[in-house]
Amino acid sequence: MDERIPILKLGKALLVTIQVDMHDRLALALEEDLTQKIVATGARGVLIDISALEIVDSFIGRMLDNIAGVSRILDAETVLVGMQPAVAITLVELGLNLSGIKTALNVERGMKMIAQTVRASDDSDDGE
Amino acid sequence: MTASKTLPIRSSEDVVRIRSEVRNASIAAGFSLVDQTKFVTAASELARNMVIYGAGGEMQIELLESAGRRGVRLAFIDQGPGIPDIDQAMKDGFTTGTGLGLGLGGARRLVNEFTIESKLGHGTRVTIARWK
Repeated sequence: MDERIPILKLGKALLVTIQVDMHDRLALALEEDLTQKIVATGARGVLIDISALEIVDSFIGRMLDNIAGVSRILDAETVLVGMQPAVAITLVELGLNLSGIKTALNVERGMKMIAQTVRASDDSDDGE
Repeated sequence: MTASKTLPIRSSEDVVRIRSEVRNASIAAGFSLVDQTKFVTAASELARNMVIYGAGGEMQIELLESAGRRGVRLAFIDQGPGIPDIDQAMKDGFTTGTGLGLGLGGARRLVNEFTIESKLGHGTRVTIARWK
């Protein structure tokens, strides 16, 4: 079987910790797996921890942007956490600003962001 | 590590291997973490370009030393179709494939030296270097 990045369910969110340097097919498989898992679990948030990633090039950057875009359509919020400073500097110089994706410094803050979004949308549902 | 070596680039797994080799060379040359990251990212863009557009090829890696400065030079060589209009290919957002079109222009911004030569029907050679 093909190698896959594990996806964990944590309350209303999905947690992905990328711990290997992904080749392109592995990155595409993750995009597909996450999309299916959002639908299957009804998750409202996706937390992607990239603190172990030593580089994000244009391909991986685009994959992260795609995940955020697809999740949004499926009513789940994506938060990217733990980007290394050297990776952030390089990404901006490369010309990729990941404008479509929310970021947080660590997993704890990222989970808080997702919890807030879920609460806000649940509250507005109650008001209708 | 030897001063010069050649590695094949045929698949996306090779691109991962290239990243790790370039990382090791960057560490050997004494680059800072930010400079390592920039150089590895540039190499990743060029290696992937080669898999997508150049039908694969090879990368030569060379440690440099000049007037007490250390550096690394990489040459990406393919026998692919070649690039008809290099100026256009260097522009951000230009792509004939499925990418973002940041590969060549982006890679150039991440390095100190960048040269590209291409001959239609014969292939392309991109050379980049970064100094400590």
